[in-house]
Parts: sequence; C-alpha cells; structure tokens
Amino acid sequence: MRTMRSASRRDFLKKCVTGAAVLGAGGRMGVLAAAEEGAAFAKSRVVIARDAMLRGTGATVDSRRMLTLLDRAMQVFFDRDNPHETWKKLVRPGETVGLKVNALGGRGLSSNLQLVEAICERLQEAGIEASDIVVWDRDSDELEHVGFHIATGGNQVQCFGTDRVDYEQELVMHGSVGSRLSKILTQRCDVLINVPVLKDHDGAGVSIALKNMYGVIHNPNKYHPNGCNPYIADLNMLPEIRTKMRLTICDATTACFEGGPGYKPGYSWKNNGLMVSQDPVALDYTGWQIIERKRAEKGLKTLEGDKRAPHYIATAADAQHRLGTNDPRRIAVVEV
Amino acid sequence: MSHEFNRRSFLRCALASGAALGVGEITQLLIATPAWAGFEKQDDSRFTVEAKFYEKLPNNKKIKCKLCPRECTVGDRERGYCGVRENRSGTYYTLVHSRVCAAHIDPVEKKPLFHYLPGTLAFSLATAGCNVNCKFCQNWDISQVRPEQVPADYAPPKLVAELAKQRNCPTIAYTYSEPVIFSEYLMDAADAGHEAGVRSVAVSNGYMQEESLKKAYGKMDAVKIDLKAFTESYYKDVVVAELKPVLASLVTLRKMNKWTEIVYLVVPTLNDSEAEFQGLARWIKTNLGVDVPIHFTQFHPEYLLKNLPITPVPTLERAKAIADAEGLRYVYIGNVPGHPAQNTYCPKCRRMLVERVGFTASQMLIRKGNCPFCQQPIPGIWHA
Repeated sequence: MRTMRSASRRDFLKKCVTGAAVLGAGGRMGVLAAAEEGAAFAKSRVVIARDAMLRGTGATVDSRRMLTLLDRAMQVFFDRDNPHETWKKLVRPGETVGLKVNALGGRGLSSNLQLVEAICERLQEAGIEASDIVVWDRDSDELEHVGFHIATGGNQVQCFGTDRVDYEQELVMHGSVGSRLSKILTQRCDVLINVPVLKDHDGAGVSIALKNMYGVIHNPNKYHPNGCNPYIADLNMLPEIRTKMRLTICDATTACFEGGPGYKPGYSWKNNGLMVSQDPVALDYTGWQIIERKRAEKGLKTLEGDKRAPHYIATAADAQHRLGTNDPRRIAVVEV
Repeated sequence: MSHEFNRRSFLRCALASGAALGVGEITQLLIATPAWAGFEKQDDSRFTVEAKFYEKLPNNKKIKCKLCPRECTVGDRERGYCGVRENRSGTYYTLVHSRVCAAHIDPVEKKPLFHYLPGTLAFSLATAGCNVNCKFCQNWDISQVRPEQVPADYAPPKLVAELAKQRNCPTIAYTYSEPVIFSEYLMDAADAGHEAGVRSVAVSNGYMQEESLKKAYGKMDAVKIDLKAFTESYYKDVVVAELKPVLASLVTLRKMNKWTEIVYLVVPTLNDSEAEFQGLARWIKTNLGVDVPIHFTQFHPEYLLKNLPITPVPTLERAKAIADAEGLRYVYIGNVPGHPAQNTYCPKCRRMLVERVGFTASQMLIRKGNCPFCQQPIPGIWHA
C-alpha cells in the first residue's frame, strides 16, 4: 500500500491561473473580461496538473510522483483537501467502474500505465473492489502490446478488450450511423472514467476525450469522413455513454502535436501533465489549444492551415448536442 | 486460430444451403453467420496482404487509398472507411485476403443474373466489410463490421476454385458484402478459377475508381451492379456514397464489353418517383443500350430503415412499365416470387424464353443465344 500524500488547497491556489491566461491564444478574451462575463454563468473547469520531475532523471514515469500529480489535479478539481474525498464524490462502493483507456497509439502514446495504476489505487481506497474496476479498450492484444496485463477473473483489477466479450447485437444510433456498443460499457460498467491521450489526429485534428469513445463501438471506420464531424459529437450523444460518463482524466504525460494517432517520436513531447474535467468539450478545446501552441513552437501550420481543424468540438457544443462548451469565456482552466 | 476451409466444413455449409433451396420458397437474402465457424481468435497474418490500389503520401507514413472514389487518406495504424484495410507504418494492407465469412451455393438467379448461365449454381462467398453504408443493407452483420468481429475461414484462391468445380458450380460469385473491398482476393480467386475452368462474377455497388474497376472486374465474366437510386441526394443520405462514379463504372463496364445487369432496389418514398424511373431508364438507354437487363426489386425493412413498408408490387410494376415504354428490352421485377416479370420474353415475338420460379430457372428455351421461335438474338451468356 502506498503512503498517502496530500497537498493543501492553499498550495494549489498559489499556482492557479485562469483559463484565458493559460490558453494565451491570440484574439481570446483577456483575464479580466473573462472574469466579468464569467460571473453571469457557471464555467466548465479544466484542471491541468504538471510535474516537471514526473520522470525523475529517466524516461519512465515515476509511480509515486504520478499519484501525487493525480491527487493534486483531483483535489483542485473537486475542491477538496483530502484525495480520498475527491474519489468518494465520484464513485460509490458497489459500483463497477470502467476506465476507458486508449491503446491505439502503441507504446509511447497510449494511456500511461502509472496513471491507470494510480487511478485504480484511489478507486480502491474509495471503496471500489479491485474486481469491480475494468481497464478496457477495444482489443486485448492492443492493451497487452502497450503494457497492460490482461486479467479476466479473481479479486484483481480486470483488464481486457471488447474482443473478449463482444458487442451488443442491437444497433444504437444518434445521427446517421448505427453501431453496436461494447458489452463492457453496456453490461459491465456502472460508471465510466475516460482516460484518453492528448494527441494530434490526421483526420479529426485532435483526438482527446470525445474521440476516445470511438473505442466503444464496433465500426469506428464509419465515423471518419469529413474530419469525423459530426460523428464524434453524435456518438457521444448516446445515452449509454452520457449517463455513465463521470469524469475525464486525460493522460498528457507524453503528448503528440503531429502525425497522430500513432506514436511518432519526432512529433511527440514530454508534457508531464494531466488534464481533468467533467466537460469533455471544454477539455478537448483546451487540449486543442495546447497542441496548437506546440505546433506554433515547432514552426508547423495551425490545424486550420493544415485543413484539419477539429470542427467536431464546435459541433459537440452546438444546440443539437450540448455536450459541453467550447467557448473560452465559459471555460475555467486551472493550472496546478 | 481460424478454421481451415476444408471439404468437410464446406460440405456442411453446402448441405445447409441446399436444404434451404429445397424449400421451394423465396430464399432469404440475408446470409447468416456460417454455421461451421466457431468464434476463435483469428490469426491475422495469413489474411494480410499488401493492398494493390493505394499511394504512399510524403508525410507521416500516411497513404491515400485509390480503390474507390472515397480516396481515404489513412494515417498510420488506422483503417479506411471500409474497415478492412489498414495502414501499418506507411504500407497499406488488406486484412481480408482469403478470409471468408460467408459461403453458400446459390442459384445464379439469386445474384440476380438472369442472362448468365440460367439454372446453374454459383459458389458464393464474401469477406467482412463494405465501402458504403446503405441504411437498408440486408447483410449488415457482415458488411458493416470489421473482419476480426466475425468468424471466418481461411479459403485460399486455389481451394475456392477446386471446391467450386467439385460441387458442379461453373461460377464463383463474389457477393453478400461488397467485392470492391476484397479486390485483391477476388482477382486471385478469379485467376485460380479460370485456370480450373470456373468463371467468376461480381455482385457489386460499382463504387470504384476506373483503374481498380478495370483491373479487378476485368477478370470477371459478368457483373451485377446495384444502382441504388438515380439521385445524388439519395446516394449521399442513404448510401453514403455518390451516384456519378457508379454511373461511370457502368459505362466503363459497357466499354469493356463485360456482361452487366443492373438491380434497382425500390425503396418506398425515397427513390420511387416516376421522374426518377424515367430518368434512370432514359440514361440506361442512352449510355448502355436497351439490351442491358434491369431488375426492379422489392425492398424489405432492415438495418436502419425499419420504418418503411415493403415496396408495393404496383410500384414495381409502374417502374417496369416506364422502363418498358422507354424501350428497354429486359426489365424484370425481383423479390416477388411468381410474378410474371421474373421470366425472360423475346422482345420481338413476345414468347416466353426463360421461366423462373423463385430462384430456379424451370424452363430454358433459348438456343445458341437466339429465340427458338423467331431467331431474335437474345443478349447474354447462355451456355457454359
């Protein structure tokens, strides 16, 4: 059992800045203006936690520092001094919690193992049985390839792909494409925690929280035309996803600014961070800005200039979807 | 490991198919998951062959698929729209070569091909996947899935040819899902078939690029094209494709002198206007000629279009009447067992030349390609 570590809220507040300042995008509203306007409506919070020493002096993420980083992010997000309290706000004993990771990118750009371990540890401390935690994606081989240990029984954290249990026969649909959902989502999990990766995507522009749901359906290939728009938004409208999704913890330890979704070392950077939000649109919007900043730093065109701006984000926020907000004035980005 | 497609497993499927045909009623178009196949982990490696129709792009190991007009740009580790082609480090692979998920022995009339070896059997097979997404698809459980999601057998081209010959099938039919997406396999199987004296036919949506069509369907002895509608809006909304390339494919097949028949599935309220029938018939007459058979077939609610009724027979008869009036000589009505418009009549003396009951040709009077009564040539491939 690891030693519990917690940080005080005061420490965090010292480091917090508002979202508009973090985004720093040209033409965006300034801090004051955002604060004035923001008073009129509730903002979606996106917490970004970073630790420059997350990997110590090596290449591998340090498990202890990862747990601390996760605690910091969660405590700020849920406004709690004690990391246990944050998880108790999220899950209840007896629930089965699915961690939808992303193993598509291969080694180097899939959901970080230490992050998943840390989440599992905190879930168990919040009263969730190990066997009631399911770490999953579409394919067991892909999970194994990126380092997860496949486990399908006993009193341990479960880990397997939909290939082990199949998809539902019944089609579900929002918009124009019908799909069969993973039985892990429909039959196994009461709660979904989304654990995507911060990365560029050759079609959608970026692949962060919303697009990670492509891993819950049997036919993601039918959702790729037109920059995945409106398909990403449509998919996330499915009640089976919306009603179970409680939180996104985006792995931004290694992020990718070009050449995604597969891992390309030359186009990735050690960001050593996490992003936490309950608004997947706000999180995707914020992640997109981070990727744009990195692209600018590397002398690359904007995604718009590359004809693959992630228009799906605006669609997800529109009146037909209302999955969250992409309006920077309504997003409070908190860096800790 | 996947199953070896051997004689024993084939026999089981053939017997099941034969039993179904023996009922004497309309055989379900929907092809169930093959009964012989268990759900075992499939070894992908033997189904994985480099694709023929694509180009490598300069950046980030991306490729552009050149098989169909969609021209998917596919990043590393991703698949095209069809779901059966994958980019692996900048090389594009088909994942369905010899990966048969459905195989049956069908009458060739079931394809339907009415002017092609009537009364013979076709060794019919499919792999998973499709390059469109028709909302009425009868076979969506194999066409709209990824290959690893359905049980499949390993059926290399030579084995398919051998089995077809052994079972007295003069033809291999690539059907059920969409042969466009397994073009490499189709080409190899057609070559193996021809070496063994077995012909090949494709049952296709025709949504292909000209080069891939020429190379793949150049190896076919006949092609049936599903012309889903005669408007771009229908193709966009119901098929998720485009009409124009399909019309271009029909013209190309005509120029190649490839025996071609057309099926038009009449879906109530969506593609059943008189203006559309008229436009379609006129286009066929102008661009393909009056001798190309067209089958107006009855829609049955399925997949994502369960809210519409079965096509009324009078609607099909109206479509036929319009096409007849336009001068098309071989206009059929399909999926309506016992309808007289399933028979072939001589366009000159009007005598019945081929009588069909369900999918069976019960009477075949054409002799050496001619009407036996008035000697009018009847276009088609009539004798093996």
